[in-house]
Parts: sequence; structure tokens; C-alpha cells
Amino acid sequence: MTMTSDVATEPIGLTPAREGRLLAAEAEASLASHVRTFGALPRREPRAMLRELEASGLTGRGGAAFPAWRKLAAAAETASGRRRGRTPILIANGSEGEPLSWKDAVLLQNAPHLVVDGMLTAARAIGATNVLLMVNADALGRVERALAERPDARGIELVEAADSFISGEASAVVNAIENDDPRPTDRTARLTESGLRGRPTVVQNVETLAHVGLIARFGATWFRSLGDASDPGTRLVTVTGDVPHRGVFELPTDATLDEALAVAGADGRSASAALIGGYHGAWVPSRSFRTPLTQADLARFGAQPGAGVIHVLGDHRCGLQTTARIVAYLAGQTANQCGPCMFGLPTMAARFEGLATGSAARENAAELARLSDLVVGRGACHHPDGTIRLIRSALHVFASDVHAHAEGRCTRRPA
Amino acid sequence: MSTSRHVLHIDWTRCDGRGLCAEILEGALGRDDWGYPVVLRGDPEHRTDLRLRADEVTAAEEAVALCPVAALRLLRAGVG
Repeated sequence: MTMTSDVATEPIGLTPAREGRLLAAEAEASLASHVRTFGALPRREPRAMLRELEASGLTGRGGAAFPAWRKLAAAAETASGRRRGRTPILIANGSEGEPLSWKDAVLLQNAPHLVVDGMLTAARAIGATNVLLMVNADALGRVERALAERPDARGIELVEAADSFISGEASAVVNAIENDDPRPTDRTARLTESGLRGRPTVVQNVETLAHVGLIARFGATWFRSLGDASDPGTRLVTVTGDVPHRGVFELPTDATLDEALAVAGADGRSASAALIGGYHGAWVPSRSFRTPLTQADLARFGAQPGAGVIHVLGDHRCGLQTTARIVAYLAGQTANQCGPCMFGLPTMAARFEGLATGSAARENAAELARLSDLVVGRGACHHPDGTIRLIRSALHVFASDVHAHAEGRCTRRPA
Repeated sequence: MSTSRHVLHIDWTRCDGRGLCAEILEGALGRDDWGYPVVLRGDPEHRTDLRLRADEVTAAEEAVALCPVAALRLLRAGVG
């Protein structure tokens, strides 16, 4: 059986059988089950497919929320323009270094064929001849078996991701493949202009590509029928922390934080805050849990939906202590390449530890604010910026805790 | 003072904070707690590129040439 139908003109607009989108087929779906659920993958004409993706409004689900079609269009344009002859490369990024996220792992385990559909569709849309799929070690076996099921996936090269927080950053992905060095690189040109081996390179998160696989079948209008008007569709979220049922759930992009907690069996009343967007994210206090998880609504907290990480902090925990542990982890994940990060993050981690344990809390908080202003915007990648986003957010959202710690108290209910 | 069409790009992965650039471009570049250069103007969230004034381009060229670890590059504004 082949996944690609011969009819290039198959109409767009059919809807899939079930309500859930990405995980609509059964758990650990075989190719046969996948095709039964979604139908065969139509071959879309490249320019029409790019237009459909633009109309869909699909944004990247890896964290940065960049419009998916724009990266693809930029690479296609580079390839046809002055750098003619350099055929584009497509890299599906399933390296999930974020400790609070396992949505890509769940997706690759249960719906690898949808990811492959999206890869083939995107590769065709930009004329990519090299197509790579980078996944964590745990997913290799499952993905290998899925690729072996389908002849149209023969050209896909499977690559194992490094096991570190920053190895999923796009330039680190390219560096790992090209130089076996999974650290971010200094960039003065976009990857879509000059990426892997100097060729126009598109790095897309695997969930983004799974959505592309659906849009190829059902079209932009169907995609936009759920979610926020300016950032439509659904996204996978990983809900962790003080909730009854931790796990990965698919939600419309305009779901509120309360609704995300509800699917994890929590009602938010026993929480003090939630970390949105992961270790590089920001805290939203529980009084604002009615906020939709959209880019526009989260902006006032300095947060963005990112890769769909929601970590709930019960009101028996100290937000400063939790943040201190995360900052210490992030300081340990510096690639030791860029001075401001290599020296700044461990210094900030030590200051945050002092703040969390209540030693010279006021002085440490002031120093954290100064160091954040000093280090931000000064690195080859956004690891320092993401860490500073978290620090600034904690100082703001847990301001009353900072005050209490300075007076030798802590506001949290004892466990 | 007129703005040039050039930016001075800092490759943080190469820079090890010797500080020559901050001496040559005093007023535009400072140094942080550990000696690494700090762009003193523009958007604080984007301090990998220093937007050069017209009267700073020659000094920037000198800084590029003298940086002992080749961490500086002169680029056209708007790149990257």
C-alpha cells in the first residue's frame, strides 16, 4: 500500500472521522489504521499547497510560533532565486529537550505517519531533495518501524537527537547533523537562506508537520474551524505539576488555562500559578487562569504558548523555590560558548538560590533584576533570554513572596 | 550624528572578552561584569549587533582587524 494517492486534484474540504485531530487514529496507529482514519495523502501542487498553508494560519508548534508557510516559502524562494541550484533541505525536528514536554514523543509514538505525511507534503512544496527526521533516542525504534511500512518514506533520513536542553534549537539541529556538534551556532543569515551545507534549510517541529499532513487533506478552512482566529487550529499541550492526571492533551489554540487544567482533572483553585511555555516560559498567577492560551492573551504575562507546556504550581509550594530549581538546571545547560550565558546564568542561579532560601532576599532580587538587564539579548541562541524571561516573570508574579522571604517568612501553605 | 548602513556583529561563540573593541569603540561598547562587550544603544533585547554611526565605521574596521579571536564582523544593516 502506498500513502500517496495518484489524484493530484482531489478536492480539499473533507473532514476526518473523529473530533480529535492529531491523535484521531488509534494509539500506536499502523499505516493501515492511519489511512483508514485520515484517508490517503493527496499530492498537492507545490504553489497551491503553500497558499493553502498560508491561508490556514498554521504557526510553528516548537516554541517560536513562526508562521509555518513563511519558512517554507522563504526556502523555496532562495532555491529559485540567486542561489539557484541549491536545492532546499527539510528537517523535521522531534528533539524535545524540554523536561516538562513530551508531546512530540507522544505524537511520534502514536501518529508517526501523520508526521511523515507532513514531511512529504512540505518537502514537495519546496522541492526539497533531502528530508531528515531528528528524534530522541527513545523514539527511534517506533519511527524506524513506521518508515519501513511505507515506500514513499524511503528517502527520509532518520537522525538521533542529542540529549540536552538546547539541542532542539534550529541552528543546533543543523550543527548536529553537519558537524556532530549539537550546540547552537552564530548566525548572520537565516537558515532558509543558508543552512545545512550552505543550502536553504527549513527546520519545522514534528507537530507542525503533522498539522501540515492534515491541511494537505482537509484544507485551510477546516483547519481554521477550531481555535483562535489569528492563530488557529489545535495544539498538543503537556500538563504537569500538581494536577491529578499529568499528560498530553490536544486543545483548540483558544482554550483557557482553566480548560487545560480541567482536562488534567484539576480545577485551579488549589494552584497558585502555572508555568506556561516551559523552562523558558513565564508564570501566570491563578487569578488569571481564565486567560486563553493564545499569543495575544499571554503577551501581558510575557508568556507565549511555546511548545504547549503547562506546569501547575500547587499553593503548598513556593514559586521562588520551584523557579530556583529550574534556573539552576538551565544554568547547567549552558553550552559554555557565549560569555554572558556561561558566566551570567550560574551567577543568576546562585542569586536565585539565595532568594529562594531567604538569605539576603531583597539584595538578591535586586541583583537578579540588574543581571537580567545586563545579559539579555547577548547570545548566539535564546537560552539566556529564555532563562531571563523566567526570572523576570518569577520576580513579578511572586513579588509578595520576595517581600516575605526578605522578612524571613514564606507565604506558602505547608504541605 | 548620521547612522551608517553597517552593523558590527559580535560572534559570542568566539568572543572571550579581551576588551579591545570596547576600548576602540568607547561610548558605543561597554564591558560587563566578566569583561564581555555590551552594546550601549538600541534595543536591549538585541545586542549582538551594534548599529554603527558614520563616524564609527573606521574604528569598527579597526576593531574587527584587531580582535585576537576574530569574533567581530562588519555587516550590512538589516542582515540576519
